[in-house]
Amino acid sequence: MTKVLDVKDLHVSFNTFNGEVQAVRGVTFDVTKGETVAIVGESGCGKSVTSQTIMRLIPNPPGFIKEGQIVFEGQDLAQYSEKQMEKVRGNDIAMIFQDPMTSLNPTMTVGRQITEGLIQHQNMSKQEAHEKAIEMLRLVGIPSPESRIKQYPHQFSGGMRQRAMIAIALACQPKLLIADEPTTALDVTIQAQIIDLMKDLQNKIDTSIILITHDLGVVADIADRVVVMYAGKVIETGKLDEIFYQPKHPYTWGLLASMPRLDQDDNTELLPIPGSPPNLLNPPPGCPFAARCPHAMKVCTEQMPETTEVSTTHQVACWLDHPLAPDVKPPAGAVRGE
Amino acid sequence: MLKYTLKRLSYMVVTLWIIATVTFFLMHLLPGTPLKNEEKLPEHIKEQIMEKYGLNDPLPVQYLNFMGGLVQGDLGASYTQDGREVSGMIAEGFPVSAFIGGQAVVFGSIVGLLLGLIAALKRGTWMDNLSTMIAVFGISIPNFVLGALLAYFVGVKWGILPVALWESYASSIMPSFALALVVVAIISRYIRTEMVEVLDAEYMKTAKAKGLPRRTVVFRHALRNALIPAITILGPLTVNIITGSLVIEQIFALPGIGEYFVKSIVNNDYTMITGITIFYSILIVSVIFIVDILYGIIDPRIRLSGAKE
Amino acid sequence: MNTSEKLSPDLFKPAQLDSSEGEQIRKESVSYWQDVIRRFRTNIGAIVGLSIIILFIVMSFVGPYMNSYDISTQNYDIQNLESFSGDHYFGTDKFGRDLWTRAWYGAKISLLIAFLAAFLDVTIGVTYGGVSGYYGGRVDNIMQRFLEILYSIPNLIIIILMLLVFEPGIIPIALALSITGWVPMARIVRAQMMKLKSQEYVLAARTLGASTYRIMTKHLIPNVMGPIIVAVTFAIPSAIFFEAFLSFIGLGLRPPGASLGVLLNDGNKLLQIYPYQLFWPALIISLIMLSFNLLGDGLRDALDPKMRK
Repeated sequence: MTKVLDVKDLHVSFNTFNGEVQAVRGVTFDVTKGETVAIVGESGCGKSVTSQTIMRLIPNPPGFIKEGQIVFEGQDLAQYSEKQMEKVRGNDIAMIFQDPMTSLNPTMTVGRQITEGLIQHQNMSKQEAHEKAIEMLRLVGIPSPESRIKQYPHQFSGGMRQRAMIAIALACQPKLLIADEPTTALDVTIQAQIIDLMKDLQNKIDTSIILITHDLGVVADIADRVVVMYAGKVIETGKLDEIFYQPKHPYTWGLLASMPRLDQDDNTELLPIPGSPPNLLNPPPGCPFAARCPHAMKVCTEQMPETTEVSTTHQVACWLDHPLAPDVKPPAGAVRGE
Repeated sequence: MLKYTLKRLSYMVVTLWIIATVTFFLMHLLPGTPLKNEEKLPEHIKEQIMEKYGLNDPLPVQYLNFMGGLVQGDLGASYTQDGREVSGMIAEGFPVSAFIGGQAVVFGSIVGLLLGLIAALKRGTWMDNLSTMIAVFGISIPNFVLGALLAYFVGVKWGILPVALWESYASSIMPSFALALVVVAIISRYIRTEMVEVLDAEYMKTAKAKGLPRRTVVFRHALRNALIPAITILGPLTVNIITGSLVIEQIFALPGIGEYFVKSIVNNDYTMITGITIFYSILIVSVIFIVDILYGIIDPRIRLSGAKE
Repeated sequence: MNTSEKLSPDLFKPAQLDSSEGEQIRKESVSYWQDVIRRFRTNIGAIVGLSIIILFIVMSFVGPYMNSYDISTQNYDIQNLESFSGDHYFGTDKFGRDLWTRAWYGAKISLLIAFLAAFLDVTIGVTYGGVSGYYGGRVDNIMQRFLEILYSIPNLIIIILMLLVFEPGIIPIALALSITGWVPMARIVRAQMMKLKSQEYVLAARTLGASTYRIMTKHLIPNVMGPIIVAVTFAIPSAIFFEAFLSFIGLGLRPPGASLGVLLNDGNKLLQIYPYQLFWPALIISLIMLSFNLLGDGLRDALDPKMRK
């Protein structure tokens, strides 16, 4: 399996009025060809910052890459100049954003928004790009693309706009697609359509996908592997089944327990995780989840646990995995029945 | 869109009718006769003049005559300028005023646009601060003060440019410059605000994520969207230029409408005041109307949703 | 896993941690107005502006008494004295009147007119906008149509017409300025009223049993105060400008009255021979307008952090 993307020990910070906010603090993960990796975590855990850093879309100042590598096809994007990045963006790596209502330019036709990337990267003539754009719109399931292409975003519904966004992103057949909460702003019925569309297109054009989300339902539907982030760190990563059936980190348990399930009794309560994540202006020295963790030990507040391998594909950063730690079983709500 | 245009047009006509009516009656409410400066005239000549201008008719008749003339573009004759036609004098003075004002708008818009653009792109740097300072100064220094100082230093003391009269192109430089400073200030502020807002929009990220060069992102995606709302300042800008021209034409002794207007105020030339007031109103109200319609045409959101109705 | 050997087993005893600890608010909470003051203090331009305004207000009262002259006594022995001749700090004009005394007295009159106009703007605007926004529906509709027509009549024209009819004086000028000046104020108040009515948090407050009085004092007034204060700060320099402008076109205060506009107009007439007569009032009016604009910018940024980009 060839690695398309290999993020190594990435640190991203923002200089603010109050000091340096360490939004991403040593994130490591990789994406192989044709694979879908989901990055999950609650708001502010650094998942969006990570994805935008891969595209080098973090405004600098105030944001900057403090440390680490973003290896894409053997090249470290963290070292790329703005000019070099322009060739990568849209062409090799494309991105879909959360809110289709605001992510399209309101005063430019949808067609032009698709073609400008093609003309930029693929040396297409206007005519060729136009035809390709129609093909893309058809591919993402927009009816009568010939007339739709001349329309403006406000003439599209929310779901259609997200389809158009996907058409823009996939127009140049990128090797990697980053979808930053692509379904959060959509109705539930539309969400399923968009996810199905992404799965379908992934097979057709063989793209790797990084899916940023906090919706575990979406993750279960599409992801091959899952990266769980908390307070700017990866705390657990593994194959979809490993995360859903053998979760190791108490935070992953919490996430799973707070998600509704079909195989549960109706009166089983969902378990919220009490408390809120630490302030990243001044992150705690130990495990960032310790303050909210029901199994916290003294060591958790003092030292950050190292990443240990549960299996070759499954890693976790938790002191409970240490031989000296007491044996703690995940709560019933967190474990999926086999 | 057509319905909207017609609605706006009828508003415009009503507004102009109100202005014309109010102006007419205010002028007739004024104490004394329009001939009060000519008190030494013999009674029978006065009577003759009153007859000539139709001032002996009952007020409603005068009003109807006035409105009738107005519709045909006839604003009556001046009381003081040997009975010359007001519309003729406006036609004579307007090119001068329009040239000075137009030049100020063009120059001011270009400089203002550049300043605003630089300020927004280099937000928080010294260039942003400098552009803000220029804008604040431009709004704060009254144009007649600037005009007078220019006239004194550039014209009188250093003798670089002509101080007065309308002789060559050089005569238009200082007046236009004095008028343009406010334009620069207003436009640069407006463009900066709009640009900053657009640059923060989500779709700018989309454009960047497509791998477009920064120049394309700024000009094709950002500036275009920032300029659409910016055309709405043309209305206030016209008012500003007209206001300014009244004093600037005085300072530089230019034969424009502003100069005529101020003279007619000093001389109580009521037909002239009424005529120019109405002319200015038409100008301003038309610009606002055109901007409104233009906005609908340029912005697809309004153009297309308007068409559906 | 080298480090793990060094760890002692009792580090692995359960720790008693309070999960709510993370939710404690570490920073002291600051009220909206404290925050406004904090932001305002960091704005150097606004502080300088405010200081100059205070200085000029004090000077406008004290200045005329700093030497022994009054504003109207003419003395043909000392016509057109240069600046700093004895205790004629700014020199004298063509009638031998002391320009220092006249300049500060004029500044007082100009400020008085501006404050009066701003006060009228707020009073009329808040009442009209409040009533229109509070009742809504039909009342609002009719009131808005009236406002629209008034708004589309150029203020320049209304002001000039009003002053042709009324003898120019402090009160007529202030009145003429506020005839159109209150319109933006009314719009701000109405817009806030309307917004507030539909705002979720107001609904939430109502659901929680907040009384109308509480909603008004806790939500409406703080929301509407900011924009009004800012609008007033910008209305004052505009009024000062218009007062001076009116003097320039012959509709200013009648002699021997003095305002900055009157002084500028007098100075302009003798500009080519005695430029200092224009220079001092020009400097004062520019500084006053600059200060109010700087103050307004600072207040806007301080009152509405969202506007600060």
